[in-house]
Amino acid sequence: MTAAVDAPRVASRKAAGASAGKGPGPRSDAWARRLPLLPALIFLIVLTQLPFIVTLITSFMNWNAYYPEERGFAGLDNFTRVLTDVATRNAILTTIVLTATVVLVSLALGLGIALLLDRQFRGRGIVRTMMIAPFLVVPVAASLLWKHALYNPEYGLFNGLLTAVWGLFGSNDPPQVDWISSMPLIAIEASLIWQWTPFMMLILLAGLQSRPLDVIEAAKLDGASSWQVFRYMTFPHLRQYLELAGLLGAIYVVQNFDAVFTITSGGLGTSNLPFTIYQTFYNAHDYGRASAAGVVVVIGTIIIATFALRTVSTLFKEESK
Amino acid sequence: MSTITDVAPVPATRTRGGEPRQKRRERAGALLGVLAWVIGLLFIAPILWMLLTSLHTEQDAATNPPSIAAPLSLQGYREFFGTDPWPSLLNSMTASILSTVLVLALAIPAAYALSIRPVKKWTDVLFFFLSTRMLPAVAGLLPIYLFAQYVGLLDNIFLLVLLYTSMNLPIAVWMMRSFLVEVPGEILEAASMDGAGLVRTLKSVVMPIVSPGIAATALICFIFSWNELLFARVLTSTAAQTAPVFLTGFVTSQGLFLAKVCAAAVVVSLPVLIAGFAAQDKLVQGLSLGAVK
Repeated sequence: MTAAVDAPRVASRKAAGASAGKGPGPRSDAWARRLPLLPALIFLIVLTQLPFIVTLITSFMNWNAYYPEERGFAGLDNFTRVLTDVATRNAILTTIVLTATVVLVSLALGLGIALLLDRQFRGRGIVRTMMIAPFLVVPVAASLLWKHALYNPEYGLFNGLLTAVWGLFGSNDPPQVDWISSMPLIAIEASLIWQWTPFMMLILLAGLQSRPLDVIEAAKLDGASSWQVFRYMTFPHLRQYLELAGLLGAIYVVQNFDAVFTITSGGLGTSNLPFTIYQTFYNAHDYGRASAAGVVVVIGTIIIATFALRTVSTLFKEESK
Repeated sequence: MSTITDVAPVPATRTRGGEPRQKRRERAGALLGVLAWVIGLLFIAPILWMLLTSLHTEQDAATNPPSIAAPLSLQGYREFFGTDPWPSLLNSMTASILSTVLVLALAIPAAYALSIRPVKKWTDVLFFFLSTRMLPAVAGLLPIYLFAQYVGLLDNIFLLVLLYTSMNLPIAVWMMRSFLVEVPGEILEAASMDGAGLVRTLKSVVMPIVSPGIAATALICFIFSWNELLFARVLTSTAAQTAPVFLTGFVTSQGLFLAKVCAAAVVVSLPVLIAGFAAQDKLVQGLSLGAVK
């Protein structure tokens, strides 16, 4: 990070030094440079940083909209309540399980599919386009599609296919699964994996295609096997792309609300933190506690985000070399 | 991106081994091609199923086993449009388009100040932008709700315009910066040597180079705004309801509704599918915040 910061600083110091001799001097030059940046910066601080500061303050307050007269300082009460409450603790656990499962499975699938798409075959462009499509379905629409058209125990496609396949073998007694009730979290995860695999695949495919092909060809001519090429050349090159895809995916999936809200409405033990916060705030109007839960999510995200930012800055440094 | 995609990787048959080895490789390659097709079809199957179901009557849509060859019907679409989705579709259009315009108006100058004529510590600023996107939106929900209530902006589409702008601004700044650094410095120098002013340089030198990038950035911001549910759900009720919120309130109806739901999902997803396929080549760059080209 520091290296990346220092380089432009030296450059701009030189530029400033050059203009220092004549006219208005470096100060006005610096402001001329800053000016185009300010609107975006101010807009963003007002709309994202200020609300968060208010959330932070509220998280230490006793504030329920149903009991406005009891508003006051609560110390760490909200945090104690959030962290000792069984429902919230389960929500934290659900969030971790959901995020880890979705990210890891779609990363693995995305890697396999990216490797397949990196080869030359007939209709590769069409397959690539087909693969991207799930990511481009509006998330709510995708959740509705999975809930009603695929999972529905009476007429959903999954049970319909079971009936059709069993029917082929002359059986009138096909297994019929109530997918959402019997495996609620897996049901949500499957729909999210379907949507996020294309995302992982796209980033990993771009990574694969940025490999130095001449080096790999040389290795192949020297008799390296496909596995050796993958293990010692492709994989190390792909590592940072895997990290980037995984971390960006994690940041989006941790915040997932649409799928939990649509498929199970947070029931059957699938309520994750964003949904719990929504509920605490929207139904229970417990502002203090919702804020404390929000702060917990932020702390969790900061941990992931620190790694994400580090990965992005590594890629960033390499690119600007 | 597109150029790299189209370049053929090293053909598997380049090593001049014996005939049988080459043949075996060719067969393995063909099999992997078939596998790729099968996986691609599996991934798009739910979407094709959604499309097919939306074109069936409610009775044919709700059979077990599925009636794939049932006659096509527009009943689902008629019923969906019968529930008057236009105000919510229009709201989504307004929120997405206005916020995208606002994002570009703020992001392009900012990206300029982070690439072509960089401020001091420009990397710090760039990473500050990114870190705001990583804060979970849900953490700011309450203050924004209370503020909106206080100033009377609840159920107002312009509040969503502002929020979507702040959500997409970091992504747009990163994307636009990655396009602007591609403008070669020599061209800019040559332009200023020829006496072109700032406006002239921007208009006739920078713009033609980055306009595909601007289009891709706009499409990605449009997609994210169009998809958003949480804020729209909490901050709007009837007047400013967006299409995703409309969709969630859609299924409470009694009786058969599958064809109708699928029709609704198709209609609401259509703008995103179009925008996404249009931006396909730049999609990776946008989604990875310009870190991957």
